[in-house]
Amino acid sequence: MAEAVKNVHVSDEIAIQIIAMNKWYGEFHVLRDINLTVYRGERIVICGPSGSGKSTLIRCINRLEEHQKGDILVDGIPLTNDLKKIDEVRREVGMVFQHFNLFPHLTVLENLTLAPIWVRKMPKKDAEAAAMKYLERVKIPEQAKKYPGQLSGGQQQRVAIARSLCMNPKIMLFDEPTSALDPEMIKEVLEVMVDLAQSGMTMLCVTHEMGFARQVANRVIFMDQGQIIEQNSPKEFFENPKSERTKLFLSQILH
Amino acid sequence: MSNAPETSAYLRTEDAPLLPAPISMVGIQGWIIANLFPTVGNGIVSILAGAFLVWIGWGVLDWALFSAVWSGENREVCAVEGAGACWPFVYSRFAQWIYGFYPIDQRWRVNICFLVGAAALIPMLMPSMPHKKWNALFLLIAYPLITLILLTGGHFTMSASAFLNAFIILALVATFLPLVAFGIEEGIQSNRIGFGLAGFGILVWLASFVIGSSIWHSALGSFSPGSVGAAIFIGAGGLLGIGQLRGADNASGQAVLRNWLIAGAVVFGLMLILKMDFGLQEVETSQWGGLLVTLVVAITGIVASLPLGILLALGRRSKMPIVKTFSVIFIEAWRGVPLITVLFMASVMLPLFLPEGVNFDKLMRALIGVALFSSAYMAEVVRGGLQAIPKGQYEAAQALGLSYWKVMSLIVLPQALKIVIPGIVNSFISLFKDTTLVSIVGLFDLLQIATTTSNDAKWASPQTGSTAYFSAALMFWIFCFGMSRYSLFIERRLNTGHKR
Repeated sequence: MAEAVKNVHVSDEIAIQIIAMNKWYGEFHVLRDINLTVYRGERIVICGPSGSGKSTLIRCINRLEEHQKGDILVDGIPLTNDLKKIDEVRREVGMVFQHFNLFPHLTVLENLTLAPIWVRKMPKKDAEAAAMKYLERVKIPEQAKKYPGQLSGGQQQRVAIARSLCMNPKIMLFDEPTSALDPEMIKEVLEVMVDLAQSGMTMLCVTHEMGFARQVANRVIFMDQGQIIEQNSPKEFFENPKSERTKLFLSQILH
Repeated sequence: MSNAPETSAYLRTEDAPLLPAPISMVGIQGWIIANLFPTVGNGIVSILAGAFLVWIGWGVLDWALFSAVWSGENREVCAVEGAGACWPFVYSRFAQWIYGFYPIDQRWRVNICFLVGAAALIPMLMPSMPHKKWNALFLLIAYPLITLILLTGGHFTMSASAFLNAFIILALVATFLPLVAFGIEEGIQSNRIGFGLAGFGILVWLASFVIGSSIWHSALGSFSPGSVGAAIFIGAGGLLGIGQLRGADNASGQAVLRNWLIAGAVVFGLMLILKMDFGLQEVETSQWGGLLVTLVVAITGIVASLPLGILLALGRRSKMPIVKTFSVIFIEAWRGVPLITVLFMASVMLPLFLPEGVNFDKLMRALIGVALFSSAYMAEVVRGGLQAIPKGQYEAAQALGLSYWKVMSLIVLPQALKIVIPGIVNSFISLFKDTTLVSIVGLFDLLQIATTTSNDAKWASPQTGSTAYFSAALMFWIFCFGMSRYSLFIERRLNTGHKR
């Protein structure tokens, strides 16, 4: 992998604060006593075995899932049932999904301009200009007029990233962005994400790409059975894991 | 592969030649061999089926064309041995099939409705034509108004209390506007007094039905005391609601207020236009008939059932228990009863529940019955489409900050409706044919008028009935087949490059 992301300023301003948060699916306690503070400019990688609640955790941050106990503050806005507050948070938080979730009935350009036009009330011309700028940033401006179904998986995921960026988010959430991709396409998506990290974006990324974690993250969080087991700098995390569960997990994924 | 024997090394030195396809793959001859006579058994079936088709086809052609009677003045020409279809009967009664008992000197009004409708509908159906928005607005707002006035003659009685009622409804909507602009919790907070007043107004209005005092009547002229009280209280509630919107420094509040003003202006504008006297002779709906009634019932049903069905389908999938329960009960109640029962209820039982003096037109009642009935079916068709949309689509749209209605109207419904186009058109076609059931409440639709005219003593012959039914069937078939073909065309058009 290329050299680590450097010189990215992490401020002492808090971007996300999660305090004693618990979540249940019916009877099942999926997230247990989560406490996490994310500072502006941080790149956090969350890893852990499947079913450990890592996706659920980041989906709570833009309220795709609701939590039952504790507090989540995003950019100082508390997440409750208040729909207006939720919309405020969602406008500032971008999300990239495992299965891209592009809108198949709209062209790439329309996918990108939809939210700026309808949520930000941006004039269509400006939204399209901004969209083209982001398509260039993810290196596929020539695909603007195509439909998502005509693109490869890697291209679709890059469009999905560009779609989130069009809303000028302060925070980006990535939910296993490369898990559904063929090996040769993972690289092109990771490159875009590294570029994004370089620009100082606050990022929370659920991924199994440990190379990416080493290169980009300033903090790695390991989750198991709905709890945060361990968090540390990538160097310490990989070279000197503290808990047995982390050691076991790392031994299974790093051959 | 370790167990497989090692093959000898091979290197191609020359490209294999490109050969023309064998004769069985190309041309008419190839098609016939491949599709009709691939094996001896299939060949025999093909010959038998072909012979059967020729036999049936010849029978129909012989009856409808070769042995048919083409001219004549009365039954005598048709009541001959070996005669086929009795076309002079259809020709002489055709105007009645189209217009029913609509006064002959007023039929130009129906013609204008047909022509304007076709002229506005055809460009709407052609995807390449521009100005779809204005075209749709004309078809959905101006055209129904034009048709209503032309067909009935307009000049509706709009009493002062009708205007008062319209005012009450608009004021009630205004009371609720803060909910739309500020969200539910803040909206209720901001207009608490307004809701109190409006609630009291509704109570006054309901109480007036129970107490009903004639003394009040004389004091207030034509107004009922209930509506005057309701108008005062609900009006105050509405004013407070508008005050909240004007006071708030909020763009969506201004937009909501503007839409409310437009809606109010449209409602009063429509009432004034309907009240106007255009000098047209009044034609009661009991004089309408034939294709006119069939089209009025079918088109109203089609136009009303799609939006209602979409709302009901969304309601049924709503997380709000009241909305969900209401939708489920509504859909299941209408789907659980036969259309005939609905029509009977609408024409016989509904008047029993309405206050005295309120009289709905018979055609109007059938229209409402058909529209609500088919909207319940439409709701289930649309729900099928909604269920086919992956959860990820909702999540991606929500994560971008789109509100519920925008998620639905921009992302989910366009995809869901596209999937269920065959089901929607199926419902439309079935609705179109179900309009024939309105005959049981005494309306003369196309089929009913064909039956009635064929029993006319002037034309009674062994072939009159079959000719009448054959022609009616052909007319229904043309409309239904048209819808079917158009839906295929749209499906294919929407399908380009959309695969997921």
